[in-house]
Amino acid sequence: MFKAFLIKYGEIGIKGKNRYLFEYALMDQIKFSLRKVEGQFSVSKEQGRVYVEALSDFDYDEVVKALSRVFGIVAICPVVLCDNNEWGHLCQVVGDYMEETYPDKKLTFKVFARRADKQYPKHSMEIAADMGEYLLDRFPDMSVDVHKPDVALNIEVRERTYIYSISIPGPGGMPVGTNGKATLLLSGGIDSPVAGYMIAKRGVKIDAVYFHAPPYTSERAKQKVVDLAKIVAAYAGPIQLHVINFTDIQLAIYDKCPHDELTIIMRRYMMKIAEHIALEEGSLGLITGESIGQVASQTMQSLRATNAVCTLPVYRPVIGFDKNDIVEISEKIGAFETSIQPFEDCCTIFVAKHPVTKPNVRAIERSEHHLVDVIDDLMKKAIETRETILCE
Amino acid sequence: MEIYMDNAATTRVYSEVIDTVGKVMRSDYGNPSSLHMKGVDAEHYIRCAKETFAKILKVDEKEIIFTSGGTESNNTALIGAAMANRRSGQHIITTCIEHASVYEPMMYLEKQGFEITWLPVNDHGIVNLDALKEAVRPDTILVSVMCVNNEIGTVQPIEDVAAIVKSCNPSALIHVDAIQGFGKLVLHPKKLGIDLLSISGHKFHGPKGTGVLWVRDRVKVQPLILGGGQQKAMRSGTENVPGIAGMAKAAEMEYTDLENKLQHLYELRTYFIDEVEKLEGTVVNGGKKRGYLRMSEDSEACAAPHVVSVSFADVRAEVLLHALEEAGVYVSSGSACSSNHPAISGTLKAIGVQKCYLDATLRFSFSFDTTKEDIDECVAQLSRLLPMLRRYTPGGRKKGGKRV
Repeated sequence: MFKAFLIKYGEIGIKGKNRYLFEYALMDQIKFSLRKVEGQFSVSKEQGRVYVEALSDFDYDEVVKALSRVFGIVAICPVVLCDNNEWGHLCQVVGDYMEETYPDKKLTFKVFARRADKQYPKHSMEIAADMGEYLLDRFPDMSVDVHKPDVALNIEVRERTYIYSISIPGPGGMPVGTNGKATLLLSGGIDSPVAGYMIAKRGVKIDAVYFHAPPYTSERAKQKVVDLAKIVAAYAGPIQLHVINFTDIQLAIYDKCPHDELTIIMRRYMMKIAEHIALEEGSLGLITGESIGQVASQTMQSLRATNAVCTLPVYRPVIGFDKNDIVEISEKIGAFETSIQPFEDCCTIFVAKHPVTKPNVRAIERSEHHLVDVIDDLMKKAIETRETILCE
Repeated sequence: MEIYMDNAATTRVYSEVIDTVGKVMRSDYGNPSSLHMKGVDAEHYIRCAKETFAKILKVDEKEIIFTSGGTESNNTALIGAAMANRRSGQHIITTCIEHASVYEPMMYLEKQGFEITWLPVNDHGIVNLDALKEAVRPDTILVSVMCVNNEIGTVQPIEDVAAIVKSCNPSALIHVDAIQGFGKLVLHPKKLGIDLLSISGHKFHGPKGTGVLWVRDRVKVQPLILGGGQQKAMRSGTENVPGIAGMAKAAEMEYTDLENKLQHLYELRTYFIDEVEKLEGTVVNGGKKRGYLRMSEDSEACAAPHVVSVSFADVRAEVLLHALEEAGVYVSSGSACSSNHPAISGTLKAIGVQKCYLDATLRFSFSFDTTKEDIDECVAQLSRLLPMLRRYTPGGRKKGGKRV
């Protein structure tokens, strides 16, 4: 029945002179997400609206699923197209549409009419009134409510007529690619994929860094991170995942630094490496899944200590979230099942029994001084030997 | 160099087996149930495979059922026999070191109202026969004991088990999970006095997805898979002809010149244990001498030729496993089938392995292809890696590791 989709977008509409940039980015993202769906589609923009029209047979659910992952879309309206605008025919089509869409006819409705084609013999008020009359005659159980209708039936008369009344919520946000790029520290846990998702939602393209520590972390742990990157990529577009071999650095820290500071020192080097890669790849910031007080390395003092090594801004979108809130988003984006697979990540292996929770930056720097002979070479080697995986 | 020491998880398929499978897939692709020549040709492979297994096991061809593997064989044997004999009693006996494909069906049967007795084992993993004697009751319908334990390689005294069960309650059925034992022991189930036997093809160089269930003639088993009535309705579904032909080929090869191959493998096993025990902080779990399917005076004489379980002090098994992997040596932690679960191995707990070793135990498992050079390389890697890894564990540092 549906041959097209009207895409409603929210805040893009209030942009000023560069609004067209956002619209084109949105159209690009829509085309990209439909690439994997069977069928031919055309994406067009007319009069401040974006339409997706199917040029061949397609699977309705598949298309809606793909579109509901495109950031920038506020709502998706499945549209019935009527090629023949002759009034009698139009009434027939609209009536059949109501018949099929709403099996339970005890409802109130309101007709919203628009007449883009000014040659059309009825003006929009007449279309609304006459169509209401026709529907009331055809379905005696229905009634009109112009204030709070159950069904808002939209009829737009152009060269063809567009009929729609259903609105499926989209993810909102901004089209990816309109806000630069940031580098996500992806661990394989629950929080970091959610953090990546949230920043991508604001139109930011995502790169990711994963710290791999063979033989302490297994190939399967790495595969899990690739899987998570792919899940985020379903929303955020293709993600370049940089896999850093972190074992030597970790062992050096273990060898030379006090054990209660292991995690915090390790995280500082992770941030340094991530920032290096971010700058190399043209990212404008780092993203982490940290949330205040969740673990020893995420107390305010620890965050300050890790933050101290970076010059780029570090975005922590889940900083004020409880675990439950994060899990909720993780489940919504379909990452949770993968996140909870039981593989060790490099943070959990070298953990002191009682790590410091209130590290002092100066003390940490003193401990790091033990590494001064080796760390530059180790970091350089880790960065140079990184493996880059395209996840899409 | 690649040294595969995880043959208890699965084995490399013999190239002769691959040829057989390929030939059946390419030219003899018929459905054995078809009436035309193509079907007859396909059926021929099934007949030959039955003959092969009947000859190796010294049983009747009509007693052989082909399944999709060890798990299905165990499920059919346990659930099928329990359900079919429910009217004679609801009591079942098994051991506390069984594989998940026995353990889980038992848990299922318990939910269905059966009463399960779990027999304890000694520190080598041998089932306690006195406890068995006490456990058998007039309403016992089924006893299931594995032939070779998958985690520590203990051979169970099946002959004694059968004798005890039949003397206490002649009508109780005995099932043996021989998934790790087939190909490494001479198994004649009728002589042993048992009623059901499970085999898995990929444990002896056959294809995955193949298995055998032997059911003694006139033993009642209710089929679990219903459909077109193939294999006398005991296991419906078009037979996996290429897999069955390949598995039969593998069985034939495995049992050719078996005694010589076994002696060689036991020599290698002893050599490996000697070398490993020379390393610091290692404990070999289970028996050290060749085991047969009966109780021996010598408590060490209970080992299968191909499985060695070793605990390492102050090392995490998973880390050592990945470190060995980097050196091209493939082993497994606990049992490959259960190592995905965070829960710690039941067998190791049952034989009383110390708590600190539960998470520090690796399983090395050989095949007839394993060479002395493989063992030397594996031991060399262990002696290189152990001190290195111990530097980074709290226990290892205490014992003289480098201190900052």
